[in-house]
Amino acid sequence: MKKFIISMLSIVLGLIVGGVILKLSGISPLEAYQVMWEGAFSQPNYISYIIIRSTPLILTGLSVAFAFRTGLFNIGAEGQFIIGAMTAAYFGFVLNLNPWIQIPLVMLMATLAAAFYGGLSGFLKARFGVHEVLSTIMLNWIALYLSNHVIFIEGFRRPSMETTEFINPSTSITILEDWKISDMGLEWLSRHEFWQSFMRPPVNAGIFIALLAVVIVWIILNKTTFGFKLKAVGFSPLASEYAGINTRIKMTQSMMISGALAGLAGATHVMGVSKNIAVLAAHEGYGFDGIAVALIGSNHPVGVLFSGFFLGALKYSGQKIQSSLEAPSEVIGIMIGAIIFFIAIPSIFNFVLKSWRKNP
Amino acid sequence: MHLLELKKITRIIGNCVANNNISMHIVRGEVHAILGENGAGKSTLMKIIYGEHRSDPGGEIFLNGVKTDIASPAHAIELGIGMVYQHFRLIRPFTVLQNIILGIEPKNIFGLIDYKKARADIKKIIDTYGFDVDLDQKIEDATVGTQQRVEIIKTLYRNAEIIILDEPTAVLTPQEILDFYRIIKNLKGQGKTIIIVTHKLHEIKTIADRCTILRKGEYISTLDVSVTSEEELARVMVGRNVNLKVSKTPPTLDGEIVFEIKNVTVFGNKNTPVVKDFSLSLKRGEITGLAGIDGNGQSELVQAITGLRKIKTGSVLINKMNITNLTPKEIYQNKLGSIPEDRQRVGLVMDFKIKENFVLQTIDDKPFSNYGFILNRELTNFSNQLIERFDIRPTDSELEASKLSGGNQQKVILAREIFHNPDVLIAFQPTRGLDVGAIEYIHSELIKLRDQGKAVLLISYELDEIINLSDNIAVIHDGKLWAELDQEKIKKSTSLKEDLGLFMAGGRPV
Repeated sequence: MKKFIISMLSIVLGLIVGGVILKLSGISPLEAYQVMWEGAFSQPNYISYIIIRSTPLILTGLSVAFAFRTGLFNIGAEGQFIIGAMTAAYFGFVLNLNPWIQIPLVMLMATLAAAFYGGLSGFLKARFGVHEVLSTIMLNWIALYLSNHVIFIEGFRRPSMETTEFINPSTSITILEDWKISDMGLEWLSRHEFWQSFMRPPVNAGIFIALLAVVIVWIILNKTTFGFKLKAVGFSPLASEYAGINTRIKMTQSMMISGALAGLAGATHVMGVSKNIAVLAAHEGYGFDGIAVALIGSNHPVGVLFSGFFLGALKYSGQKIQSSLEAPSEVIGIMIGAIIFFIAIPSIFNFVLKSWRKNP
Repeated sequence: MHLLELKKITRIIGNCVANNNISMHIVRGEVHAILGENGAGKSTLMKIIYGEHRSDPGGEIFLNGVKTDIASPAHAIELGIGMVYQHFRLIRPFTVLQNIILGIEPKNIFGLIDYKKARADIKKIIDTYGFDVDLDQKIEDATVGTQQRVEIIKTLYRNAEIIILDEPTAVLTPQEILDFYRIIKNLKGQGKTIIIVTHKLHEIKTIADRCTILRKGEYISTLDVSVTSEEELARVMVGRNVNLKVSKTPPTLDGEIVFEIKNVTVFGNKNTPVVKDFSLSLKRGEITGLAGIDGNGQSELVQAITGLRKIKTGSVLINKMNITNLTPKEIYQNKLGSIPEDRQRVGLVMDFKIKENFVLQTIDDKPFSNYGFILNRELTNFSNQLIERFDIRPTDSELEASKLSGGNQQKVILAREIFHNPDVLIAFQPTRGLDVGAIEYIHSELIKLRDQGKAVLLISYELDEIINLSDNIAVIHDGKLWAELDQEKIKKSTSLKEDLGLFMAGGRPV
């Protein structure tokens, strides 16, 4: 409850900081926030864009939060996302089975690959004492360049492009992809204005996978002996070791699950939105945003769900102040930074809460 | 007119009333003990005198009859009040001299530290009060006793007239305690006023003139120590009659050996041997006390026995079964229970609920879980059972362990270990920092366990605890088994405490 209040207060303060920055840039904050609000909720397709944007953030947020509950700081969700995306793009292209087999299979492969990739950091920490922050940062870059390399595999690469071939339609999780552009679909949609707008973006099943992941993570953490031990290790490695829990194995397992979640984010992104992968000059930031999501959601699965949507909405609507007000969209980045800054200094809030209690 | 007078001191921290309307006074030149159980508000009251906390409105402090608002520790020092904390606040790589002058270094005309003057001034203090310190020793090489002396000299160097000492003997060896008493007497002889926070009754009897007793944040009474017995002090402190002497029957002599430590060598964190060729065997139905000064290999020995540290050479047997270097889980399953030294960091997961802490080792077993899913109702039932049997308060099994008092935290650990029905229980400092009531309880449970035919290894830095509870006593010094006293020898000994003290310090009786 207290954490929820802190997150909410931080968000409000973050918005105020953003407002001050906007004001300093000579733009009315009220106007900007109005543009953002309308840009987020005034049309059905905006909502679907926000959902699409939020899906990977929820999953990478879960990834970071899960590791954090075990006392590990997974900075590597970015790299694990790339591995997941790369694996999904590859197998989605080379395999072409019945969608009912193809989709789960490709998703499973991507998840496993990323689980292995994340687990590597856990193993390095457990076995050799390499700090996971260092190993995951390095593995992020390895993932980036590995992916860029794989894109150039002959046959996989789209001729003379810096991208890969598209995945087979049997791998796609975009909802009603063909129907939308069929005569019947177009005709039906033209009669239903709301759905016409809502279905315009590449609406996909990723959000259901993310929701399912939220539920599963919640169950693991709260209902299983496995989660019990993971949390024990996170809270107190010494007490866990004394109690006979193998902290090394738990660390590796935790990083594997964390990696799997980030990999799933990459897979849903490729299978639902991008349909292929392109050469990256720098990190896209899905994993790094996951850290913000986890922090704002106070590492709780349900909290992560909401903060994922919040950040998705903020990022999507933030673009709009650039086009309509010529305001720098970097303000959004500053706002997110400010929110996290406020969350990271809870002593301020303890102080505020205390004086509230004294003078209600 | 009293030297220091407190009137209606109240301090509310959060929802907890740490001090409630406390009024008392200190007379010039006395040794005044503040006695109370944990959570009685002793430390808070001292921090108010030292300016670290302020009284809530209504409270007043009079120094020499003048109403004084002590704003900060710096201000308190200026007013002639010094404080020695239980955990020393010294800079380890600095020398004794540097630590003493830190913050008020005398300077010469070039603005450099005038060590000559500092040395002379400190020498004067040392001679006056009969301290035994080497000014050029580094703190990190100094014994705990020396460090405490440095803290006291620090207050004197700052011209303290009133010196507050928080649990001063908790960390000292018996010999160091004697030296400490001597210093207190010297200080008193030179007209200094001493306030000692403690819950050791015989210490009060030995050095204090008057004793103020607090209970649950309230002032109870101030007693003249010379006409009050230890039993009376304990009774007023706890609010009921307390059994100070542990009552126990002599053990059955023919207990068979259930636990053997054979020539065990263990390496410490610096990769050098800290437990050296150590052997000890425990018999059924007996409490074996392992006495020793903190840092002589006890921690590493226990870690090695319980599977947390590698045994380099030697072996450990329980019921003739070799458990050397097995995992903590396997060792636990072989009926070895333990109460760890650090209950908050090792014994409990502080952020876990009481009921979760009860099943830390056994969550995978029936009935607590099924196919990896926790059965919450079973957990709650089990916890309520233990909470009732061991009188843990508050009785809410959903509460986090961090919300419990030290005594109740220890009860949670004790309950968990005893319920697992171990053949051997290792109790490492089981009553450290606990109040009289909780100590009484833990001791009686350990004796009960012994009477059920279990073997108990009691490792403690408190010699009184060892002597009170143990049927046999062993002494560890420098990682070696330094001495072993069986029942016969203990009974015959006329100077048991002194002998043990000598052994602990690495000596041999003449």
